[in-house]
Amino acid sequence: MANNSARFHYCLRLADNANVLAHRLCQWSGRGPTLEEDMALSNFGLDLIGQARSLYSYAAVLEGAGQSEDDLAYLRDANRYGNVLLAEYPNGDFAVTLLRHMLYSAFYYPFYVALSSSADEELAAIAAKAEREMAYHLRHSAEWVIRLGDGTEESARRMQQAVKVLWPFTGELFETDHVEEELVASGVAVDPESLREQWGSTVAGVFERAQLSVPQGAWMQSGGRRGEHSEHLGPMLAEMQFLQRSYPEAQW
Amino acid sequence: MSVKEYPLWEVFIRSKNGLSHQHAGSLHAVDATMALQGARDVYTRRAEGISLWVVPSIAITASDPVDRGEFFEPTASKVYRHPTFYDIPDEVGHM
Repeated sequence: MANNSARFHYCLRLADNANVLAHRLCQWSGRGPTLEEDMALSNFGLDLIGQARSLYSYAAVLEGAGQSEDDLAYLRDANRYGNVLLAEYPNGDFAVTLLRHMLYSAFYYPFYVALSSSADEELAAIAAKAEREMAYHLRHSAEWVIRLGDGTEESARRMQQAVKVLWPFTGELFETDHVEEELVASGVAVDPESLREQWGSTVAGVFERAQLSVPQGAWMQSGGRRGEHSEHLGPMLAEMQFLQRSYPEAQW
Repeated sequence: MSVKEYPLWEVFIRSKNGLSHQHAGSLHAVDATMALQGARDVYTRRAEGISLWVVPSIAITASDPVDRGEFFEPTASKVYRHPTFYDIPDEVGHM
């Protein structure tokens, strides 16, 4: 199949999304509000690490430069990462973490459903597995958004505050550039615009049950695809990449 | 509702078709929906099951350990209730 370079970059971005969000969720390990939720968030993180590994491994094959999945994950700087800014947003309180996850899953669940019929069979296979994982992520995170939004005075205030800080990062989910447009045309990639209506109705449905209001006309942040990240990604990667940077090629 | 006030639920897992649900443990959750999801996250991480039940722990009426003598000890001497006195033909196989 042609356009290996475009597919490499596409895979790498998807892998970066999963990897960065997985690391954020892993930061909750041992700190969850209850044992049950600590495990739920860790399970989410592990699902995403699994997705990231498959995608990095395939990206390495497409690149054909002899790099491994670990090289791609642990030896690239923040300005080479192509994840969306939503994924790197700091955990904040439980409301921010769960809302971030709901907004992300509401996009990536239908995304992987669509990608499972990609013309690229390897990507289609990875997507078919990720699809089920994201379906549960959406279900669980949405239930929490509803319970916190329509909960106590304090939980409702925190959830509405989380909406306010995270909403400007939702526009980037629907952006494309020449890499993706080329791949959409050849049936490899998913056109995010085709998911906008479904994402919007999923989020609106959850917000309605949660008694949260959808911000109107908010300024949308952008830049993740181009390696223009918030100040939060660098420190996060420094922590995540420390071992491989300090002890190159360390193995368990 | 503080975490301490989350109700307790008992979790039952059926590992495969044809078997009955077995008690696996318990967890805290705010309601039945979250209890089911919590059970999924805590008790089925290693492919333990294909079906889950959650039951509010307060719905379970348990026998009192004090009653153990009158409840259970009388059966110890009634070995004739065990069907072990029959000769099973070999062709029947394992029962």
